Amino acid sequence: MADTYLLSNAGLDALFSAIRADGRRILAPTDPDGRSELNPVGTPAEVAKDYLQTTLSAKAVVFPKVERLLSYTLAPGQVELADAVPAAVPTVVFGIRPCEAGGFQALDAVFNWDTRDRFFNARMAALAVIGVGCTRRDDACFCTAVGGGPGATRGSDLLLTPMAEGYLAEVLTEKGRALQALAPDRFQPAAGVDKAALLVQVPPAFDQPALTARLPALFDSELWADQALRCVGCGACAYVCPTCVCFDIQEEADRQGGQRLRAWDSCGSRQFTLHASGHNPRDTQGQRWRQRIYHKFSIYPERYGMLGCVGCGKCTRACPVDMNLQEHLVEAAQA
Amino acid sequence: MTDTFEPKITAFVCNWCTYAGADLTGTSRIKYPANVRVLRLPCTGRIDFMLLAKAFARGADGIIISGCHPNDCHYTSGNYHARRRWMIYRDLMDFMGIDTNRITFSWVSAAEGAKWAELVNEVTAGIRALGPYAEYKELVHAGVE
Amino acid sequence: MELIEKAKQLLETGAVKAVLGFEPGTHGGRRPAIVRRAERAARLVFDPGCAQNLASYVTRKEVKRLGRLAVTARPDTLRALLQLMAERQLREEDVLALAVDAGGQVVELETAQAMEEHLALEPKELPARDRELMDRLRRMTREERWAFWQKELSRCVKCYACRNSCPMCYCEHCTMDCNRPQWVPVPSHALGNLEYHMVRAMHLAGRCVECGDCGRACPVGIPVHLLTFNAEESVHAQFGQRAGASAKLDYALSTFRPDDKETFIR
Repeated sequence: MADTYLLSNAGLDALFSAIRADGRRILAPTDPDGRSELNPVGTPAEVAKDYLQTTLSAKAVVFPKVERLLSYTLAPGQVELADAVPAAVPTVVFGIRPCEAGGFQALDAVFNWDTRDRFFNARMAALAVIGVGCTRRDDACFCTAVGGGPGATRGSDLLLTPMAEGYLAEVLTEKGRALQALAPDRFQPAAGVDKAALLVQVPPAFDQPALTARLPALFDSELWADQALRCVGCGACAYVCPTCVCFDIQEEADRQGGQRLRAWDSCGSRQFTLHASGHNPRDTQGQRWRQRIYHKFSIYPERYGMLGCVGCGKCTRACPVDMNLQEHLVEAAQA
Repeated sequence: MTDTFEPKITAFVCNWCTYAGADLTGTSRIKYPANVRVLRLPCTGRIDFMLLAKAFARGADGIIISGCHPNDCHYTSGNYHARRRWMIYRDLMDFMGIDTNRITFSWVSAAEGAKWAELVNEVTAGIRALGPYAEYKELVHAGVE
Repeated sequence: MELIEKAKQLLETGAVKAVLGFEPGTHGGRRPAIVRRAERAARLVFDPGCAQNLASYVTRKEVKRLGRLAVTARPDTLRALLQLMAERQLREEDVLALAVDAGGQVVELETAQAMEEHLALEPKELPARDRELMDRLRRMTREERWAFWQKELSRCVKCYACRNSCPMCYCEHCTMDCNRPQWVPVPSHALGNLEYHMVRAMHLAGRCVECGDCGRACPVGIPVHLLTFNAEESVHAQFGQRAGASAKLDYALSTFRPDDKETFIR
């Protein structure tokens, strides 16, 4: 389905203007404080120049860290209930990497599994993704081991590969075509450009299918407790992860009314599986760490036919004690 | 800030001194503004510092905290613990940018009916001049998509 | 003796069941290492890049249950160990602190007294960068500080990396877990973030050894350590005591002096 074009830097400027004129906001990596995060921008000049990846992922656009599900007001003898309407602002996310763009699929698997989550769906419908391929990597990246790559197209509506004077632009989906249609004359024919040559090389770090096949046999191994000894059980890895989707529901109310909120949650915390009885099926960090690996590499394939990890490495970079996921997976694959 | 702004002031007071003192104000027929909502606790030592933050979150424009004078605590030392807590919390609140001018701490004994009235008068006028604590009220609903 | 040799010796003789130290990590960084077998001691390193406060592990049950621990200790780690002893969370006999001198030689500190004496040689100083930022914040107006913290805290995602990295945050039932009623909001909206960080700073007042691990741990770069530093500096300025000075320190907020001086109570 991909049509390939050349988009010059000036062409990208024009595309940005056209997107803004179309009433959409553009979120792109900016680094006001030496860290890259997705923020609203008006022009490509405002986008960070030299970022590898943002710390937090783009999942926040479709699965915010806090969102309202419903609210109600109370008066004597009366309850007025209001479903929250997700403020699905028409948005284009620009500049996320192919790994991260590939993560939306894993969110969709959960949010459209049996119930269709109208909050996620409303925000996804209003979102278009312009991914930008990778010309460099760091030690935390392992996209190619999990079915991705520096130029992978899954999850992007337009994928741009940086080249001299601009980008190779692949129009991948209906949404991508709609973006192209905002500035059609800027998409010039591309002839014989070797996309792979423009991208960084990422040799696969481990044999993922072999690991997934091995995991059931490793369930009772002491490996997981060993690996998790330095883990402090925070939620940094879960919250920066483009595919982590667990959430908590909190009700905040008083005698006048209240609201029900959905917020990110992490399986790394002890409370995650703490029962009201006091029993906790995952009472040690080793059990919780094991669950994280198995959820992404065993349960997701079994249940959804896909992995729950895109190899972006954000977890590794965010972790206060450097739980390098790739390292741990390589160790598990060899166990 | 309009002429119709009536400050909402929450007062956390101890049962044995300030609450009794406020009672005395009433029985002495001394008038003071009705802007203050008095919350009675057994002792200032019981006042969790978060109660102050919660008061602002619930819409208070100003806060009064008052209890027994040092050495006069009904429970001997509750007010000494409270004093230490307030010394640290006040610094922290100011450091985080919370308006500590909106919080008044005092010692008002059961015999000081006049002091209570004077205190409430002054605090009410002061908060009226500062205006509603809009910054904090905005915070309460912010950050939810 | 150098660190690796010392670690091997301690493990081989069974003097300790695990050595808490550091090993090389991703991107040339350093990360905690919990070494239980002598042959794995070879990967231990100790240099200025070794930042995390390893004292946070001595109260974690998965590590505690291993037995007596040796802890590679920078001064802040020693302070944390002493503070944990003062709070009855650590027994002197359950830990062996390993300070490393300028020549790379290990100094074994087996008792609280030894740790206190070792610390007396190196008075605590806040890193210049933190000192500058605290001063800059104090010079701002109150409104500017509000704007600063609101902007910083808006990035908070309530991951609790700060809390979980802190050696003093060892409560099995944290105040954040109190949910009848939910005393501090869980979601990372503006109020939830403000109240959480406020509570944490107050709970660290008089207990914070100013290691800065909380700020380092924050994945989105919020300088949360400045809040606990503020609370700690406030305790020191007003009550004259410092966390981590001794294994016999009273908690500043559960003790008092009748002549505590303040300027604001009418």
